[in-house]
Amino acid sequence: MPQTTNGAAPAGAAPAVAPILEVEGVTLQYKTKEHLITATYRVDFKVYPADRFVLLGPSGCGKSTLLKGVAGFMRPVEGEMRLKGRRIEEPGPDRVMVFQEFDQLLPWKTVRQNITFALRNGGRCSRESDADEIAMNYIRKVKLNGFENTYPHMLSGGMKQRVAIARGMAMEPDILLMDEPFASLDALTRRQMQEELLQLWDDTRFTVLFVTHSIEEALLVGNRILVLSPHPGQVKAELNTHMHSHANAGSPEFIALQTRIHNMLFADRVLEE
Amino acid sequence: MSATPASVRAEPVERPEFERTPLDARKIGQIERPLSVVERMWNVQVVRNFAVLLMFVVLWEAYTQIANVKPLLFPSFSDTCIALYKAFADQKLMAKIWFTLQSLLIGYAVGLVAAAVLVSLASIWRVWADILMTATAMFNPLPSIALLPLAMLWFGLGTASLVFILIHAVLWAVALNTFVGFQGVSHTQRMVGQNYGLRGVMFAVKILIPAALATVLSGMKIGWAFAWRTLIGAELIFGATSRGGGLGWHIFENAEQLRTSQVFAGLLMIILIGVIVEYVIFRNIELRTVRRWGMQR
Repeated sequence: MPQTTNGAAPAGAAPAVAPILEVEGVTLQYKTKEHLITATYRVDFKVYPADRFVLLGPSGCGKSTLLKGVAGFMRPVEGEMRLKGRRIEEPGPDRVMVFQEFDQLLPWKTVRQNITFALRNGGRCSRESDADEIAMNYIRKVKLNGFENTYPHMLSGGMKQRVAIARGMAMEPDILLMDEPFASLDALTRRQMQEELLQLWDDTRFTVLFVTHSIEEALLVGNRILVLSPHPGQVKAELNTHMHSHANAGSPEFIALQTRIHNMLFADRVLEE
Repeated sequence: MSATPASVRAEPVERPEFERTPLDARKIGQIERPLSVVERMWNVQVVRNFAVLLMFVVLWEAYTQIANVKPLLFPSFSDTCIALYKAFADQKLMAKIWFTLQSLLIGYAVGLVAAAVLVSLASIWRVWADILMTATAMFNPLPSIALLPLAMLWFGLGTASLVFILIHAVLWAVALNTFVGFQGVSHTQRMVGQNYGLRGVMFAVKILIPAALATVLSGMKIGWAFAWRTLIGAELIFGATSRGGGLGWHIFENAEQLRTSQVFAGLLMIILIGVIVEYVIFRNIELRTVRRWGMQR
């Protein structure tokens, strides 16, 4: 296993393609009522086109904070984040976020309007008719045709997340940011959604940065995993997982990698106890 | 509970497994039964509200007929209706209503605009939020009528004084509710708005107002009720201006002449307008917005 120290280049030649997202030495802090909390400390990683890049770690490792940083909702106190070489300063439609919460859909807009709202305000469509056409196309992609004129409160949790994903994809952002999008779903729906996400990815080969605390989900969804340690979040490893999918879930290799990551994340805790 | 000694650990009983094939749904019979006409009618809110109104009218009429009260003290519903008809015919009630509504609408509209400005400022700068909260705490409990003598001193005996106290009646209630509503807008929805490039005024118009519409509307309703009470109260004290009198004046004038049925007619008119505004205007706005969006049941 190649050991790399902080700041040094990872072993192996750099890929010929330019990365879409570069995160360099990023420290993020946020304030609660009483404390200034350092969520991540000098985190580096690079996301390349068509990556399904997973940020994995236990709660408190700052993975969601990191995603909010990339989305532009937080500024790093140290380090830099660049999207296609441009420094990230504020939220923008070139990085669309899919949240865990179901209320990310605007309740006063129908399924289709939620998507056209994004397309129109995000500057992707100037004409409503164009936006409508794109919206319907993506509604079909997430298999929600027939529900385009339904208001979100009539939809199930899984359907709401599908709309949110369709909205994100319809924007065709440089990178899709997903913050534990399936964590509020029941196990059966979650599995179905993971498979559907992979099918969609296979269709359009978008780039996605995916946050999860489930090792299994990371292996199933991602092609590369950044493992973060908790309090504050620091990079522990970057692993390749493109060879794993639902098809080989439960195989010895799959379980071996799962165990390896599990030990990586929880080894310290055992020692502490 | 059977007496189980603490030392014996309970084990689940082992039972045989089985599998079954569910019956065909068609054999079970009617699974979905349409509701009867009466049941469906009763589900329409307007029908229920109308029934309640009708009940009040019946109680009123029955009370006056059975208890045989003096019409001078408590006229019956039918007398009040006749008085109302006469008021329209002989006492120019329509003009009086219009006179009252004019001041009311001006005061209400200006109050709403002022509230919108104040809340916008408060949601952009924290200093303004502090100003708004303190000002609301100070002025909201202050009855508008208490400001009427001052308003008359400053603005004279015209509509200007009425509009001034109406603004005071509307502004704080609406501003407080709207601001509290804005503060309650979920963090996720705010981030969604920013993510798609909304900032400043567009952010308020496209995210904050629709997301907080339920509270904004309830603030508007409270503001409307405050405005009504204030204006009728003011007219009762203030009487007629040079340009004529309103509904409050109608009540005052007729009470002086001991024409109780006309007083009731004036009160009934106020109630009718209130009910119409509530059930026709506000209810329809709610049905088309917050209820349709599942934000209010």
